[in-house]
Formats: sequence, structure tokens, C-alpha cells
Amino acid sequence: MLSTKVTDCNAHGQDSSYFLGWEEYEKNPYDEIDNPNGIVQMGLAENQLSFDILQSWLDNNPDATAFKKNGQSIFKELALFQDYHGLPAFKNALVKFMSEIRGNTVTFDPNNLVLTAGATSANETLMFCIANPGDAILVPTPYYPGFDRDLRWRTGAEIVPIHCSSSNSFRITKSALEDAYQQAQKHDLKVKGILVTNPSNPLGTSLNLHELDVLVNFISTKNIHLISDEVYSGTVFSSPNFTSVMEVLKNRNLVNTEVSKRVHIICSLSKDLGLPGFRIGTIYSENGDIISAATKMSSFGLISSQTQYLLSEMLADKKFTKTYLSENRRRLKHRQETLVKGLQKAGIRCLKGNAGLFCWVDMRHLLCSKTFQGEMELWKKIVYDVRLNISPGSSCHCCEPGWFRVCFANMSEKTLVFAMQRVKSFVESMTKKNSNQSRQEQIRLNHARRTKSLPKWVFSLSTHPLEV
Amino acid sequence: MAIDIVQKPSVGLSKIALSQTHGENSPYFAGWKAYDENPYHEKHNPSGVIQMGLAENQVSFDLLEEFLENNQEATSWGKNVSGFKENALFQDYHGLLAFRKAMASFMEQVRGGKAKFNPERVVLTAGATAANELLTFILANPGDALLVPTPYYPGFDRDLRWRTGVEIVPIHCESSNNFQITLEALESAYDHARSKNMKVRGVLITNPSNPLGATIQRKVLEQILDFVTRKNIHLISDEIYSGSVFHSDEFVSIAEILESRNYKDSERCHIVYSLSKDLGLPGFRVGTVYSYNDQVVTTARRMSSFTLISSQTQFLLASMLSNKEFTEKYIKINRERLRKRYETIVDGLKKAGIECLKGNAGLFCWMNLSPYLKEATRESELEIWKTIMEEVKLNISPGSSCRCSEAGWFRVCFANMSEETLEVALRRLHEFMDRRRNGQVLSME
Repeated sequence: MLSTKVTDCNAHGQDSSYFLGWEEYEKNPYDEIDNPNGIVQMGLAENQLSFDILQSWLDNNPDATAFKKNGQSIFKELALFQDYHGLPAFKNALVKFMSEIRGNTVTFDPNNLVLTAGATSANETLMFCIANPGDAILVPTPYYPGFDRDLRWRTGAEIVPIHCSSSNSFRITKSALEDAYQQAQKHDLKVKGILVTNPSNPLGTSLNLHELDVLVNFISTKNIHLISDEVYSGTVFSSPNFTSVMEVLKNRNLVNTEVSKRVHIICSLSKDLGLPGFRIGTIYSENGDIISAATKMSSFGLISSQTQYLLSEMLADKKFTKTYLSENRRRLKHRQETLVKGLQKAGIRCLKGNAGLFCWVDMRHLLCSKTFQGEMELWKKIVYDVRLNISPGSSCHCCEPGWFRVCFANMSEKTLVFAMQRVKSFVESMTKKNSNQSRQEQIRLNHARRTKSLPKWVFSLSTHPLEV
Repeated sequence: MAIDIVQKPSVGLSKIALSQTHGENSPYFAGWKAYDENPYHEKHNPSGVIQMGLAENQVSFDLLEEFLENNQEATSWGKNVSGFKENALFQDYHGLLAFRKAMASFMEQVRGGKAKFNPERVVLTAGATAANELLTFILANPGDALLVPTPYYPGFDRDLRWRTGVEIVPIHCESSNNFQITLEALESAYDHARSKNMKVRGVLITNPSNPLGATIQRKVLEQILDFVTRKNIHLISDEIYSGSVFHSDEFVSIAEILESRNYKDSERCHIVYSLSKDLGLPGFRVGTVYSYNDQVVTTARRMSSFTLISSQTQFLLASMLSNKEFTEKYIKINRERLRKRYETIVDGLKKAGIECLKGNAGLFCWMNLSPYLKEATRESELEIWKTIMEEVKLNISPGSSCRCSEAGWFRVCFANMSEETLEVALRRLHEFMDRRRNGQVLSME
């Protein structure tokens, strides 16, 4: 009686481990005072580091939340404003902010911007514009688990992974792109585009110039779209500087060409400004047809005019944006270093990252078996025994088991340090157990080796297996 | 509102992006254009076009502003420093509990306490536009059909069909019985859909109706409920205008009927509501799906990820709607003001020799100009409409844009302007009708 979107298995992805970890956390959340034995949430990519800066701005600018402009009430005007072109003052302030984040290397035209209720909505809307049901979009692994739902659920599109591996720090290569494209063709799927996240979630790294060139060349040759999800662009805290695909187009003199009409960016204020609740997302494109269609589609997910107004005032304050961006970056850098050092003390390495709200952590050496089952076992130990909710690489479709995404910006520094101590203790206890186990394992192996040299008929006589 | 016409096929866009199902190239958007280019203003442009095609409620803003003045913590997260942070981080698709509770209680109040609503069944969406599309995605597959009584809100053509691929099959209603939905019309629509090999998934009614401005009678609702039960299909009741009924005892919600039947067979019923009309807050994007079906609630909740309401706005409205003193006062006064506006326009039109459908709700009246049509055709209707736009300088909505099966009916909004402006509009119409009667208007002969 209900549509196949409801009854079909799990295109909404709700049952993946990514969400199960959340559920466990909800049942037993860590609290420094009330529940010190609870689970520390490290699976949530939120930016909680700079609320004081936001709060201070709010305290100094009460009109922005009181529906006032220059002391006059504009409540009625805002309450009635539902134009899907968006509040002009907000779009103007937003494009300048986007430029500022990119070091003013590129400028954006507010007429090429579509506002949506979060990047979740923006990604889905772009898919509706680019792909027909059954078409494919190529996405490099590992990727944000939410994409399985956002890109596929209601659109009927398919994701074909571009496999990236640790052998080259998970960088996107031309051959990986070609392989993915061929895979799609093999399954009779028409490839409509590539979607990359830059900076990457979950890797915490920004794409380098070589990767960006490879991508632009590829979409050029294949005549497909490129979506660059840049929701973490404001979280780049160390070199190399962030390079947006827009900058690459500009440097290669590809602005206003066929290719540039197939390149689209997704931005949001959920990660950079730490305002996921306010649902502020955007699509930027120089393709007039896409902007036209996406604008109409945004009717299904407009941003509250109350919120558009608040952000238009905040982002128009250049002093604020400058201070915020630099201070926020500084704090993120410090946090990331705290996490990396803490893990180092436990003998755990991370992928060298320069952005994001998380680290891509290498726990391959802690796996009982180098399989995804081994990864799940390790993850369960970490959730239930160490009591940390982190995201297993398999939930991000990583093709190598043993990698985990660990967030560092959604808790206090104290809690982060505390979580690191738990990790250290866990690894120490595991090492002890392993060394005991490996001694036992060694003895068993020695026995097995000796017994293997005996002829088979000896075994058929014995009724008791050899035991240590 | 820009009208973009895709003139050549674009490389690499989807069928949905290229289709015209968004409906924005329909002729009646020309009326909007005329208004945008020459908008009426009491002082600056007294001969401009008066917008009467916009179903907005502007009669009670003073009450809302008064609330904001007296409850400043609703917009500044109170004195609690962590209030802002907590709210800014809140993106749970269950929605703010305080807001869901306030919404459920407001929906009860609007129905005079005649039905109960459970906050656990309230799913929040960014407006009723999103709610209707979301429900369609959940209840129907591409190619399936929803039956919708005519005349209906033009936006449904986009909201229910565009991205979902679902079809609308009209349930034809006629002026001979005041456009009420009949069992025959329901059966006929159902059979028509089946004859075209479409699977019928449900019936979608708007109650009170847009554009009729009238509530659906209890016995008709019972009949519709029996019909969907017999056919084993869904019933969506869009009750977005429930707070704008002029006399509270004249509105019967499907919720009341379900309660009176002890919720038997209720899992096929779903209600859509919004604060855009009753509270006059279309910019805030506050809609809801209320479903009696657990699976629908769960799925709708997950799908609402694509269309969440800003937590800042949820916070404000939780404060507003949980204030019983405010909501009772607002509902009562708003209702009275709308009724008064309705009486003004209906009397004014009568004096001009124009009849309206007897209405009892909404922000508009359903005006009958069929006696003045050259021929009972859509073309004649559009001719009158054009004349009214160009000579009388009023933008009103022709019935054909609402898929009305009879020509000559028009929806005229009365709540989106000041009382003075309404008087100006009525005067213009009066004068126009006088000129016509005296043979001075050539274009309508």
C-alpha cells in the first residue's frame, strides 16, 4: 500500500552502522559529571569550537534576531517573504563570504546561487536536475555515508564508487576514474557526473591541484558534470591552502565555456559556522538551466526568512567574518593536533590531514583479521568497551578495512583528552592480550607444524585433537 | 517570479529538469507579471494593479508583533547562554519536542478541541509545499494516480507531480451543487484512472477548499472516507486553511470523523497543515504531515531531512504556540477579521451585480462571472480575465488555472491588502460593471 521508496530495502541507509553507533550513544551518552562512564560521541562532524564568537556577535547585534533593521521592525516583510530567489541581502552577503573563505581568489555572482534547506537538500536537488532514475554518479571512496540516501533515495540514481586506497593517501587517480566509469558501463548505467567532497569527508584533506586537474580533464573528455561539495571549505586549517574547483577553472581559462557549465559547487553554513540546525545550504553554478530548475525545486526546501535575515546581517559584518574565519581555523588546528598526538601516544597513526572536523585514523594494526568483519569486531569493541562512538570505514564504503573517522570538534578539549586516555588504555590492554594470544598461537602453530608431517592415517586414529 | 523558458535541449540535464511540469509557464503567471511591473500603492501608484491573486493572510500581524514585543526571549533564546548553541546545533529530524507539542496543541485549538493530536505523529517539513510532495513520494510510485477534486490549488500540479512522476486525475465538481464532491464524481475519476491503466493510490482533498473558500460538509467527508476504505486507498486531507474558518462550528476535520469511528481504518489517513495561512507566516516555512500510519510517520520523518524547518524558527514558534493565552486570542480575533473581510467583499461584489459561491472560510472568495462570458469556454474566460487585468487593473485567478471544469469562475483574494485597498478594488469593479451595463465596455460584447 506504500510506495517502493518505503518498502525497498534501505536506500535511506538508516540501518547502516553509522546510524547504529548513534543509537548506542543515545542510550548511554557521556557526561563529565552525570555519566562519566558513558559513550563519548566522536561520530558527529559538528563544529562546536567557536560558539562564543557567534554569541558575542549576537549580543552586540540584537536587531538581527528581533526582526529589526535600523531600529525599524521588518517582521511583516520577512514573515511574508517566500520568494524562491532568496533574500537578496542574504545572497549578496553569502557570495562575499564564500569568496573570503577562498582567499578571494574567485568571485561569485548571487544570480548563480540557489538557496536550499541545508546541503542535504542541495545535493539531492542537483541530482534531480542532472540524473534520471537509473543514471549513475561516480563518487570517490571513502565518502560521507549520508550520500547513499541524499543522492539515491528519491532520485533513483545510482552511486558507482571511485576506489581510492591508502597506497597513495586515498588520492583520486585517472585510472581509478576510468575504472569506475567502465564499471558503470558494464552495468549499463549511464554516467551523468562525478561528485567529490573537497575538503574530503571523511579523509580531512583537501584535493590537490593534480587531482583537480585530473577531474576537470576527465569531465571534459566524457562530457559529464562535476559536483564539488565544498561544505568544509571554511575548515581548512593548515597548508596546503584550499583550492576550489572554481579557481582551477579560472586559472585554466575555462570560465564561460562548455566545461564550466557542467561544474557546480555545494556550500553550507553547517560546518564552517557550526549552524546545522538553521538549515542553510546552497548550490552555485554558471549553468543557467540548472539554476533555473534548481531554483524552482528549492520551493520544496526553502530557508526560513527569519534565518536568512539573521545570516545576512552576520555575514555582511566583514570584521566579524574575518575574525571568525581566522580564529575558527586556529582552534580547529589545535584540536586536530590534540587528537593526532593523543592517538600517537597509543601507537595509532592518522592520515595527514589539513581540514575538516575529523581525522582519518589507521587502526589496521589493531584488527584481528584484515577483513571487514575484523573491522566490525574492532568497532564494536571501541563502541561497547572503550565507549567511543567512531565511524568505521566500511560505513564510508572504504575498500580497505581498518580505517575509522574520528571527530574532534564536537566536544570540549577536556573530553577529547579523556577519550584519548581511554584509547591509550584500550590499546595497552589489547597489546597485552595479543602478546599472550600470540604466544599461545605460536605454540599451537609449532604443534601443528610437527603434526602435519605425520601421515594422515595417524589422525584418523586419534580421537582427541591436540591441545595446548 | 521569473519565467524561464528552456528553448533548446541542454546537454546533460535530467528529464525532470527539462520538463514543464513545474507549471510556471502557464498563462496566468502573466497576471503576476502585470502586477510586478505596475504594483498598486495608495500614495505612490494609486492607479496600479491591485494584487488579488495572492492567498496571504495580512489581517493579524499586529497580534503577532504584540506577542514578539512581550516575549523577547522567543527570538533571543532567552537569558540562557547555551540556549543559542543548543538550538543552532539541533538538526534532529524528529523536530524540537516543544515545537511538536505546541503544534499538536494548536491544531487541537483550531478545531475547537473537537479532535486530539499526538505530538509523536507530527512530522515537520519546510512548508505544506514540501509536506504534500513528501506524502506523494511515500504513498505513490511514478505513474500512479492521485484523485483531486476540481477546482484545486494550481500549485498541486507541481507539488504532487513534478519530481514524483505521479499523475493527478481530477474529480470533477460542478456549480449545480456548489462544487461539492459527489460519490459519482469519485467513482468516475477512479474508473477513468483505471481505464488509463493507472494505479490509484489515494484521494487528496483540501478542507477548507482552495479556491472555493468553503468547508466540506460532514456527510461528504464520511462518504469520501467510506470510498477510500472500499477502494483500499489513502486519503490526504490538506487542512491548511482550518484556522481561517469564519465560524468555528462549521469546520469538520477528518480527525474528528476518525475519532468518532474509534480510529478504525485510520492508517490510510494523513493530514497536512501549515502556519502559512492561519498565522500569515509563509516566509518561515512551517509545515507538517500528521499521519495515523506508523510506517508513514517513520518514513516521512526520515525524508524530512531534505526539508527541515530552521531550528531558530521552531524555537520561536514553540514559544508562541505554547502560549495558550496568545493562541486563543489570536484564533478568535483572526477569524472575526477574516469574516468581516469576506462580508465586505461579497457585499461589494453583489452591489456590482456579481455573485459568489457561498463561502465560510479561507482568504478568498469564488466569484461567478459565467453570466458575462461570450461563450462558456476557457478562451472567453481568459478574455474577461485579461480585461480585468488590463482595464480594471486587478490581478485575480481564472478558474481554468485551478482546472475548474466550468468556465467563468474566478478566485479573488481579500486578506492580502488593507481594508482601504479592498474598497478601492471593489469600487473599480463596480465602476467597470456599470460601464459594461451601459454598453461602454467594448471588449466584453
